[in-house]
Amino acid sequence: MRLLKISWSNIKHKPLNTLLSIVLLAFGIGIISMMLLLKAQISEKFDRNIKDIDFVLAAKGSPLQSMLANIYHVDVPTGNIKVSEAKRIIKNPMVAEAIPLAYGDNYEKYRIVGTNEKYPNHYGCTVAEGNLFAAPFEVTIGSSVARETGLKLGSTFTSVHGYDNAAEDTDAHHHQLFTVVGIFARSNSVIDNLILTPVETTWMVHEHPEETATGDSTSVDSTHVEPEREMTAYLIKKRNKGAFGMLSKQTEDTTMQLANVAVENSRLMNNFGLGLSTITAIAVVIMVISFISIFISLFNSMRERRYELALMRTMGGTRATLFALIIQEGLLLVSIGYAVGLLLSRTGLLVLSKFMEESFHYGLDNLAITTQELALLGLTLFVGLLASVIPAWQALKIDISKTLTNA
Amino acid sequence: MIDVRGLTFQYPSGPSFTFPDFSCASKEHVLVLGQSGKGKTTLLHLLAGMLRPTAGNILIQNTDITKLSNRELDKFRGREIGIIFQTAHFVDSINVIDNLMLSPFLSGKKTPLEDAMAVLERLSVAHKAKEKPASLSVGEQQRCAIARAVFHKPSLIFADEPTSALDDKNADQVIDMLEEQAQQTGATLIIVTHDKRLKDRFQKQITL
Repeated sequence: MRLLKISWSNIKHKPLNTLLSIVLLAFGIGIISMMLLLKAQISEKFDRNIKDIDFVLAAKGSPLQSMLANIYHVDVPTGNIKVSEAKRIIKNPMVAEAIPLAYGDNYEKYRIVGTNEKYPNHYGCTVAEGNLFAAPFEVTIGSSVARETGLKLGSTFTSVHGYDNAAEDTDAHHHQLFTVVGIFARSNSVIDNLILTPVETTWMVHEHPEETATGDSTSVDSTHVEPEREMTAYLIKKRNKGAFGMLSKQTEDTTMQLANVAVENSRLMNNFGLGLSTITAIAVVIMVISFISIFISLFNSMRERRYELALMRTMGGTRATLFALIIQEGLLLVSIGYAVGLLLSRTGLLVLSKFMEESFHYGLDNLAITTQELALLGLTLFVGLLASVIPAWQALKIDISKTLTNA
Repeated sequence: MIDVRGLTFQYPSGPSFTFPDFSCASKEHVLVLGQSGKGKTTLLHLLAGMLRPTAGNILIQNTDITKLSNRELDKFRGREIGIIFQTAHFVDSINVIDNLMLSPFLSGKKTPLEDAMAVLERLSVAHKAKEKPASLSVGEQQRCAIARAVFHKPSLIFADEPTSALDDKNADQVIDMLEEQAQQTGATLIIVTHDKRLKDRFQKQITL
C-alpha cells in the first residue's frame, strides 16, 4: 500500500472527470509541443539548407521567392539569367564560391537540377551507390527520390517540363532518356529530394524545342549561332563583409537581382512565426481551461471525500499525509496529461510530415523531446501544483469530529 | 488504562458539556449510556483525540493525550485506537482489503496482510476482500468496518452507536462480534449508545 496507489485509485474512481481534465490538458500540451517541434525542426531544416549560402543570384522578382525556389526548392524560380551577365558577378573577388543551378524539368514531381559537384559537396553529400553524374543525361538522385520513385542504378526515365507538376499532356514530355548513375546518401538536406545532373543536360533538353518537337531536320538555319546560355540561379558564398552592397550594385542595370538569404529568411521565419504564435496562444487558452478544470475536479473530489479524508485521519494519517495525497493526485493528473500531449504532438507531427513530404518533399523526422518541452513539463507540474494546493489546503483544515458526526 | 479527570468541552457558540470523572482497566468492556444531546459522541471524539477538551485530562496508557501535538495525536490514534462509527464509511476508490491495509500504512504500525484476512475470515466477509466497499450490503460494510477497527490490535476499541439501526437479532450479533474481537486482541472496549437493549449485557456502565 502506497500513497501513490491511493491517488491513482482516486483518479480512476471518477473516470469522466479525469478524462475531461486529461483531454483538455493533453490538447493544450500537444498543440504547444507540436508548435515547438515544428518551429525547431523547420528552422533547423532551413538552416541546414541555407548552410553558408549568403546570396542567391537569380532573375529579378521577389527575393523571397528567389530564395524559396533556389535554396529550398519549394517555389517556382523568378526566371532565367544569362550566363554571360552572371559571369561578371560571380567572377568578382568578393565571391568565394558560386554554385550554378539550371532547372526546369521534373520526374514524378522531383526536380531535375543541372549543376556541378559543388552543389552536393556544399551539403556534405556523399554518393552511397554508383557515381556522381559526369556526362549529360547522367543523374545522381537523392535518397528520398530513390525511395519514393523506386529508381535504381541504371534506371532510365524521361522528364516532364515544369517544376513540380506532373504534366498530364504528353507534349510536356521530353524524349531524351536520363540514366541513373548514382544515389546520394541521406543528408537531411534539400539534395535528398533532388535529381542532380550536369548543367549541360538542362541546356540540351531545352535547346531548340521547336525543332525537336517538329522533328524537321531539313530546315536547319544556316545562320544559326550558338544560343546564349542561361542559368536559373547561382548560390553564392561571399568572401568578406559588405559584399552584398557591392555585388547588388552590379546587378542594377541587368535582369538579375541578388537576394540576401539572411534577410529573406528572417522575414520568412517572422511570418511563419506569427502563425505559430497564434496557434500557440489558442493552445495556452486551452491549457488554462484545463488547469481550471483540474482545479475544480480536485476541489469537488476533495469536498465529496471529506468523510474519507477525516476517516484517514482517524486511522493515523497526519495532515501532511492528506496534503501530500491531494497534491499527488493533481501532479499525477497533469503528468498523464503531459504524456498524452507529447504523444499527440508526435502523432500530429508524423501526419503533418507525411503531408509535407507529399506536397513539398519536405519531411520532419526528429521526434526527440526538446529542451523546450522539458521546460513545458516544469511549467505543467508547477501549475498542477498550484491547482492542487487550494484543495489540499482545504483538506488540512477538515474538522474530523464534525465531519464524521454529520456524515 | 483510561483515566479521565475534570473533562469539559465547549463547542464554539454551542452547547458545553461537563463529563463525570471515570477510569477503566485494561481489557475492560464499558458501556457509555445517555440520551441524545448528552454528549456521547463528543465524549468518544474527546477520548479518541479527535476533539481537544476545553479543560481536563485524558490519560490513555499513561499518556496524557491532551498534551500531544497534532501529529503525535494522529499517530497515537492510528496505533492505539480503533473506531467503529455509527455508519460504516470507507475510501470508496479502493477495495475492502486495501481499506483495511490503509490503517497500518497511515499509522506506520506494521501489521501483516494475513492478520487483516484472518479478521475478515472470522467475521465471514473474507470473500468480499477484493470488492469495492460500495458493492457490499450494509451488514457486510459494518463487519468490514469492525474488522478495520480491530485487526491491527489497538489497545482501545471505540464504537459509536453500533446497534442503533439494527433489529434485536442483528444488534446482539454485532455486540457479540465486538466483544469477541476485543477479547481476541486483548483490547479495552468502549461502546457509546442510547440503545437500552445493551444495558443488560455490560457490567460496567457510565451514564451521562
